[in-house]
Amino acid sequence: MLAYTFRRILAAVPVLVTVAVFVFLLLRLTPGDPAAIIAGDMATPDQLERIRASLGLDKPIIVQFFSWFWLLVQGDLGTSLISNTPVAKMIGQHIEPTISLALLTIVLSVAIAVPLGVIAAWRHGTWVDYTVMTISVVGFSVPVFVVGYILIQIFAIDLKWFPVQGFRSITRGIGPFLERAVLPAVTLASIYIALIARMTRAAVLEVLGEDYVRTARAKGLREKTVLFRHALRNAAVPVLTIIGTGFALLITGVVVTESIFNIPGIGRLTVDAILARDYPVIQGMILLTSGIYVLVNLLIDLSYSFFDPRIRY
Amino acid sequence: MQTTKTTKPSLLKGVLAAAFLTFSTGVCGFASAVSAETLVVVPHSGLRILDPIITTAHIVRNHGYMIYDTLLAFDADFKVQPQMASYTVSDDGLTYTFTLRDGLKWHDGTPVTAEDCIASVQRWGKRDTSGQVLFDKLESLTANGEKEFTFKLKETFAYLPETLAKPSSVVPFMMPKRIAATPADTAITEFIGSGPFKFVTEEYQPGVKSVYEKFADYVPRSEAPSWLAGGKVVKVDRVEWTAMPDPQTAMNAIQSGEIDYLEAPPIDLLPLVEGNDELTVRKLSPLGGQTMGRMNFLYPPFDNKKIRQAALKAMNQKDVLDAFIGNPAYYTICGSLFGCGTPFESTAGSETLTGSGDVEGAKALLKEAGYDGTPVVILQPTDVTTTKAQPVVAANALRAAGFNVELQPMDWQTVVTRRASQKPVAEGGWNMFFTNWIVPEIMTPLNNPMLNGRGKNGFFGWPTDPKLEELRAKYLAAKTPDEQKAAAGELQAHALDEVSYIPLGQYNVPSVWRNVVTGLLDAPVPVFWNIEKTEE
Repeated sequence: MLAYTFRRILAAVPVLVTVAVFVFLLLRLTPGDPAAIIAGDMATPDQLERIRASLGLDKPIIVQFFSWFWLLVQGDLGTSLISNTPVAKMIGQHIEPTISLALLTIVLSVAIAVPLGVIAAWRHGTWVDYTVMTISVVGFSVPVFVVGYILIQIFAIDLKWFPVQGFRSITRGIGPFLERAVLPAVTLASIYIALIARMTRAAVLEVLGEDYVRTARAKGLREKTVLFRHALRNAAVPVLTIIGTGFALLITGVVVTESIFNIPGIGRLTVDAILARDYPVIQGMILLTSGIYVLVNLLIDLSYSFFDPRIRY
Repeated sequence: MQTTKTTKPSLLKGVLAAAFLTFSTGVCGFASAVSAETLVVVPHSGLRILDPIITTAHIVRNHGYMIYDTLLAFDADFKVQPQMASYTVSDDGLTYTFTLRDGLKWHDGTPVTAEDCIASVQRWGKRDTSGQVLFDKLESLTANGEKEFTFKLKETFAYLPETLAKPSSVVPFMMPKRIAATPADTAITEFIGSGPFKFVTEEYQPGVKSVYEKFADYVPRSEAPSWLAGGKVVKVDRVEWTAMPDPQTAMNAIQSGEIDYLEAPPIDLLPLVEGNDELTVRKLSPLGGQTMGRMNFLYPPFDNKKIRQAALKAMNQKDVLDAFIGNPAYYTICGSLFGCGTPFESTAGSETLTGSGDVEGAKALLKEAGYDGTPVVILQPTDVTTTKAQPVVAANALRAAGFNVELQPMDWQTVVTRRASQKPVAEGGWNMFFTNWIVPEIMTPLNNPMLNGRGKNGFFGWPTDPKLEELRAKYLAAKTPDEQKAAAGELQAHALDEVSYIPLGQYNVPSVWRNVVTGLLDAPVPVFWNIEKTEE
C-alpha cells in the first residue's frame, strides 16, 4: 500500500508539470493584457509598454515560462500582476472559506443522501422510492442560484434567522461560522444530495440482488443489518467515487454560490484573476485544483480497499 | 453492553445540545447591527491595486482619497481651495510658491515636508496627461526649506492650481519621498499617506476587503467641507470596504442591515429599496458620468470625416440612455463634450444627438463620402453592465443609416487590450468602442483625454488633428474665465465637426445608505469624512 501510494504521488508530478506548461501557454495565447487593466482608460501606448516592461511581460514567452517555473520548483507560486501580492498568500486568504464550505456541504449531503438512497432502494418501486427520486430530480434540476435566492428570501430576509451574506472563519467560533455557512451549504447540498442519493440507490439496488444478500436474509438477519452492514458496504465503492469527485468539484466549482452569498473563496479568486488576466494567480489556482483532484482521487482509490477487502494495491 | 447503549445517545444528545447552543448564540448575535464605530461599505468594485498613481481605476482613486491628501482641492463652486497647502503667484504668473499648513503628518508619524511633495508631484507628472502638460511648461520645482516649495514656469500656465487640484484620475496625491521615489510605472509597496484614514494592511484582501482606520493625528482644515475641499473631519473609527460581486446580494445585505452604504446599486434593482423607510436613496455626485463612443481614425471607414459625421448623425442620446439607464430620473440628455452643469457646458453642434438623430442626413453623407460597405467592427463588452448596452444601440442606429456593422462580443479585458491595438481590423484592430467617464475627468479641454490630436501618442483612436492641438493651445494660453470659455466653445465646435468622439449623454447613479448613517457629502467622488453613524 505504501509503495502504491508513493508511486501514485510520483505519478502526479508529470501530470502537474504538463498542466503547468499547458496552462502557461494557453494563457499567453488568450487575448488580454494585465498592463491594460492596471493602466486604465487614459494610458498611452508608451505608458502601456513601460508597465508591461515593469511586469516582465515584454520578455519572450519562453523566458517568462522558465522564470515562473524556476520559482515554482522552489515552492514559490509568484506574485499577482494586479495586486502585487504573493499568490500563495492570496490562495491562503481564499482557501479556508471554500474548503470549509465544501466539507460542510459533503457532510450534510452524505448524512441526508445515503440514508435516502438506501431507503429508496429498500422500498424499490413503492411511493417512498418515487418520492425520493422525485426530490432528487428536482434537486438536481433547479440551478443553485435559484435555490440560493429562495433560501435567502425565506430564511435571511423574511424570517431573519441567518445573515444574507458573508463568511466567518471557524476559528471565530462554530456559531458565527455556521450562521453564515448553513445557507450556502444547504444550497450546494441540494444538488449533491440528489446526486449521491441516486447513486446510492442504484448501487444498493444492484447489491440487493446478489447471492450473499439472499444468504444473509436466509440466515435470519434483521433487514437493517442486511441493508447497512452487507448491502451498503458493498455498494460503497461507486458511492465513494461520487462523493470524492463531488468534493473536488465543490472545491473548484462553487463560484456561483460564493457569489450569491458573498463568500471570498477560491472560485471568486479564480474568476477575478481570469477577468483581469492575472496570469500567476490563474496558474497557481489551476495547479492547486489539479493537485486537489490528484489527491482526492488517490484518497478514493485507497479507501476502496477499506470497504472492499478484495481490492489490494 | 448496557452502559454502552445508554451512553451513546447521551453523548450524542450532549453534542447536539452544545452545537445548538453555540449555533443559536451565533444566530442571535448576527441580528444586531454593525458597530456604530464601523462603517461597512460596498464600493462599486473590489480594490485590487493600491497605487493611485499607476492606474486610473476609480476604485483606486477612491482608496487614494481615504489615505492620501492633496495640495489643493476643488469646492462645489468649481473653485480651487487650499488643502494641504496654500499658494501665492508672482505678478508675471511664472512663479507659484506653495506653503504647507501646520500639523501635517504621515501615518508613520513623521512630518510632511516640501521634498515629499516635490517627489510626489514629479511621480504623478510622469503618469498623468495634464501633469505632463504642467511639466512641459516647468522650468524648475524646488524646495525652499521644510514647508515651502516653488514651481518656476517657462511660460505662463494659468491652470497650474486646477491641475494640482484635479479631482479624478490621476489625482496628485502626496506621499512620503521614499515611496514617491518608486518609478512611475512600478506599483508602490508601502501605503502611507497623510490623509484622514490609515490603511490597515494586515486586513487587506485584494478584491475582497479593505479596511481603514481613523488617523488620530490628522488635523482637518477649519473650513466646512465642500466637495473635496474644506475640513475632512472623520467621525467613525473604522471604515470597511467589502466588495460584493453580485448586486442582488448587496441589495439584500443593505436591507437586512448587514452593510451601511452601497455606493453604486444597479439602476434596475433600485425599486427594491426606493420605498424602504430605513434607507435613503440619493445622488451624491452632482455631475455624474458621461457615456461616449470613440472611433478609430487610423483605418477605414472612420478615417473619413464625412463617414464619422454620418455615424454621429445616425445616433441619438435618448435611445442609448434608455437602454443603458432606463429611468429618465437618472440620466440627462447632454450634447456638451465637457458635460452639463460644468463651467464649459455648450450644446452647439450636437443638435441631432440630443434630438432624435438624422438617419436620412446620415445616409446622404455616406453616399457623398462614397462609403463602400467596409465593415465597422464594434467592440462589445458583455461582462460590464455599464458598457453593455451602448454598442448594441449604436450598431442598430448605424445599420439603419446604411453602415455594415460587425458587433464583436467579448469580455471587458479583451476590449481594453483590443482598443490599444493600432493594427488594421483584419489583424486584431477595431473601428469603434464605448466607455464612460465621470464628468470631472472630461470637463475641460486640458483634462479631457479624447480632445487631443497627437496621433498615435494620444488616446485610443489616435486622430492626427493639428487644428485641435492649436485650439487646445489657445485654451491653455487663455488667462481670463471669459477667454477660457470662448476657447473651450471653439474647441467643442471643431471637435464635434471632426467627430473627435460622440458624447452619448450624462447619467447619475444614486447611492443607498441606511438612515443610521448621516453626513454623507455631495462630491464628484465618494468621500467618507463627515459621516456619522448611530446604533440601530
